[in-house]
Amino acid sequence: MTAIAFQRCGGCGATWYFARGFCPRCGSAEPERREATGRGTVHAVTVVSRAPTEALRRHAPYTLLLVDMAEGFRLMAHGEPGLAIRDAVRAEFHEFDGATLPRFRRAE
Amino acid sequence: MSWIAGVGLTPFGRLPGRTTLDLMSEAASLALADAELERREVEGVLCGYSTTLPHIMLATVFAEHFGVQPRYCHAVQVGGATGFAMAMVAHALVESGVVRNVLVVAGENRLSGQTRDEAVRSLAQVGHPEYEVPFGPTIPAYYGLVASRYMHEYGVRQEDLAELAVLMRRHAGDTPGAQLTEAVTVEEVMASRPIAAPLKFLDCCPVSDGGAAFVVTRERPGDDGVRIRGCGQAHTHQHVSEAPSLVRFGAAEAVARASEASGMAVSDARYAAVYDSFTITLAILLEEIGLAPRGGAGALARDGHFGRGGAMPLNTHGGLLSYGHCGVGGAIAHLAEAQIQMMGRAGPRQVRGVPAALLHGDGGVLSSHVSLFLERAR
Repeated sequence: MTAIAFQRCGGCGATWYFARGFCPRCGSAEPERREATGRGTVHAVTVVSRAPTEALRRHAPYTLLLVDMAEGFRLMAHGEPGLAIRDAVRAEFHEFDGATLPRFRRAE
Repeated sequence: MSWIAGVGLTPFGRLPGRTTLDLMSEAASLALADAELERREVEGVLCGYSTTLPHIMLATVFAEHFGVQPRYCHAVQVGGATGFAMAMVAHALVESGVVRNVLVVAGENRLSGQTRDEAVRSLAQVGHPEYEVPFGPTIPAYYGLVASRYMHEYGVRQEDLAELAVLMRRHAGDTPGAQLTEAVTVEEVMASRPIAAPLKFLDCCPVSDGGAAFVVTRERPGDDGVRIRGCGQAHTHQHVSEAPSLVRFGAAEAVARASEASGMAVSDARYAAVYDSFTITLAILLEEIGLAPRGGAGALARDGHFGRGGAMPLNTHGGLLSYGHCGVGGAIAHLAEAQIQMMGRAGPRQVRGVPAALLHGDGGVLSSHVSLFLERAR
């Protein structure tokens, strides 16, 4: 699992992130599953200093982003420290509390 | 037509040994006494939820415990907007003649009934279990994301947000039952420890134990009273990842619908009760509703506009940020204070006459919005 998956509706062209078995815009069934290039732009950024659980405290502070992906959907992900709104970023993956999750770095 | 015939509010803070049902019962008793209503006369009961007493039928659990047998009874869940959403349901129920009165009640030992980690973790579950929660967000983190974008778009500084924390603390200073009463300065807010940038400890409301309730009636409660003129809602998303915009959240649409329902405009209001889970929540809602220009809420607060002697007194009990936040009861405290101010019975906190008030609450991550226009009728 090293790509970010999203869905696209063949009927109306809508693009979205949270997977489901139909298009949330027009309702048509069997949306296409696609893989993103991993390129995007930082839309929002925070740094979590107060982690929600004991297990995550050793990771804190960690950078949390909303990223606008080149394909036209938005997702939450981790980021390298110091990222700012409008930064161009690209996705990598890392291990976090037992899961493999997208983490963005500044694009070259 | 519906009337807010009585309100009941317990102190908020650390109230060890009290359960959800204890706090709901205490608030309900206060509200019924204030409305001069006997238990046997209660026809409708609405309640929200409690993170320390999860139950699929909390309203009937409460009704049985409290000793009432309503003809209409259920729970409502819209996060922080639940209190005002229940006011909207109660308004509709009495207007349509389903019942003659509704007891709306909330209470939760959110602070002492669980560890702080449990509270933080359970609240973070408003995030998406697969696409958000694995990243280790918290409620402040969701709002920190929103804050970063909103501040970027409108040039809001952290010092501007701090003004709202200072104001709410000032209001709580002499409010009986408030959790946090010691005055704070902008510098102290700025120097408080980071939670989820740009939000710091003093940008965040506390976790509280507490209860709050009110009674909505079809009959006018006395020679004068506070009536609900009209309500509106808007729901644009649940998860912050799916929010159509991080600068327009549906608050303006909810107020527009409440305006249409009530025939009242924002400019009619002389008091504002606005949800303030974080300083950024309050800033965004004030600005989207039109009670402050975009990016200008902090400056208005600094200039006294939202103070008790200002043009638009705001959350004069201290709001969630300082009176406290026990869950569903948090916003009901805003409504209780508005009714108390409108009836001219706020004592040393009293502001000059309030013929009309605008109330606005949000739930989730600015996901669900409920607005109410209240009017004092003599």
